[in-house]
Amino acid sequence: MRARLLGTLGPLLALIAACLFFATRSDRFLTADNLSIVLQQVMVVGVIAIGQTLVILTAGVDLSCGSVMALGGIVMTKLAVEHQLPVPLAIAAGVAATTSFGAINGLLVTRLRLPPFIVTLGTLNIAFAITQLYSNAQTITDVPAGLTTLGNAFQVGGSSVVYGALLMLALYAVAAFALSQTAAGRHVYAVGNNPEGARLTGIATQRVLLGVYMLAGVCYGLAALLSVARTGVGDPNAGQAENLEAITAVVVGGTSLFGGRGLVLSSLVGALIVGVFRNGLTLMGVSSVYQMLVTGVLVILAVATDQFSRRVAERGEK
Amino acid sequence: MTARMVLEAKGIVKHFGHITALDGTDFELRASEILGIIGDNGAGKSTLIKTLSGAVVPDRGEIFVDGERVHFRAPSDARRAGIETLYQELAVAPALSIVENLFLGRELRRSGFLGNVLRMLDRRRMLAESTAYMQELGIGVRSMKQAVETLSGGQRQGVAVARSAAFARHVVIMDEPTAALGVKEGNLVLDLIRRVRDRGLSVVLISHNMPHVFEVADRIHVARLGRRVALLDPKRVSMSDAVAVMTGALNPGQLPA
Repeated sequence: MRARLLGTLGPLLALIAACLFFATRSDRFLTADNLSIVLQQVMVVGVIAIGQTLVILTAGVDLSCGSVMALGGIVMTKLAVEHQLPVPLAIAAGVAATTSFGAINGLLVTRLRLPPFIVTLGTLNIAFAITQLYSNAQTITDVPAGLTTLGNAFQVGGSSVVYGALLMLALYAVAAFALSQTAAGRHVYAVGNNPEGARLTGIATQRVLLGVYMLAGVCYGLAALLSVARTGVGDPNAGQAENLEAITAVVVGGTSLFGGRGLVLSSLVGALIVGVFRNGLTLMGVSSVYQMLVTGVLVILAVATDQFSRRVAERGEK
Repeated sequence: MTARMVLEAKGIVKHFGHITALDGTDFELRASEILGIIGDNGAGKSTLIKTLSGAVVPDRGEIFVDGERVHFRAPSDARRAGIETLYQELAVAPALSIVENLFLGRELRRSGFLGNVLRMLDRRRMLAESTAYMQELGIGVRSMKQAVETLSGGQRQGVAVARSAAFARHVVIMDEPTAALGVKEGNLVLDLIRRVRDRGLSVVLISHNMPHVFEVADRIHVARLGRRVALLDPKRVSMSDAVAVMTGALNPGQLPA
């Protein structure tokens, strides 16, 4: 029990410790403005990480998340700008594109029984190529205001909060509810934990997996909308960093890469840890190379903790 | 003997390529009895069980549940007919709690808007029902909310047995439920099997552990070369005679009927 608690609370404590540390290093860190910037920087990865958490809970991994998001962003902006499609329709088309990619991932994993790592490595490249071809590798500018609404801020107690950050928090709330309070959510855990056992108990494991990859696609579509809102353009090269950052956030949050263990809210904590380190080190004037170094150490620490707690759990601690 | 038959099979034949796994075997299971199945490797025990649980479709022969002819095409058909199978590989999700495992795949939802629209689970009712149920079966655990992986092997198997017994309406088929368990843990599971029978279910117990079979079974089905060669009463037949029948060294006609 103690190991499990460490797995859940550890990342949260690490986040608090990191905040306290940076607060002593920079006067600007704990200001409302700066924290709102952190939230804004984290929201795209944060929403991708929801989908990524679902996939990782089933003992899979989705390497294509960032590339698929970039495709969604290009579809939205291109349809809105060049074809003057109404904004809601353009958004719907973008989300439909990312969801279709999720469905392709899911079908390849369930029907052809290919390993998720390889499937999504393939779709990462395919989505990237389609994005480049469809956009002629050009950034799409003059995006209608409707597509960037979520990048606007409102004032709370003298500091500004971006609407997109609210959307992210709302999505986390929905995902956390569905995973912990519905049968479908528990089945995601069961499939990741013991796929054969889950099948024998009568769970339609293939449907669960397909659903997970498609929902992940929906998350990437919504993340695309946030990305467009934040940058104000449709960028065919977006998402390349997010491919791995989303996995980093999930793993740093403490969700097990072996499936069946973890919480979606932990991924928000994971994304915030990475975001806080970036932001804090920047404020301290530390070069971005060191930020990468720190991120790398965090990932290894997180996976080591996961392995350790798994081993303790398997020993059947009393 | 006019005991009611809950599950019956007549003349079941199953070939795999040119191998005959079942060569016209019969099978009968009475209401509220524990039927042990013994047989050497290759006697057709597991094919018979798979046929009865819907995992294998026989080439010929008839199966009856409560006297009605049935055709199982998939395990879900057998399950719908009230037959649950506990497979050798533990069908539990170790990271989930005992309650969640007991209700896995058949969760209870809240009533009204929360359940119908938000599809919210009724955790309180599931906890209450599983606590009462586990107490009835005499499986003592510290907390129903603890993860199954924190349990001992015997307790884990207990959860798996309880799970299948909870959802079976007629029959629970158990494939080697005491394998890989220590003496104490094995006895715990045997006690549990008796309680499952005492609740009115019929149990089919496949085991290589002869003392276990003789300890709990009401009757013993001896499989040999794809047929049922004898139905023995463990109170009247010795373990060594049963083994002799099983290996073909003894003609079952020579035994007390």
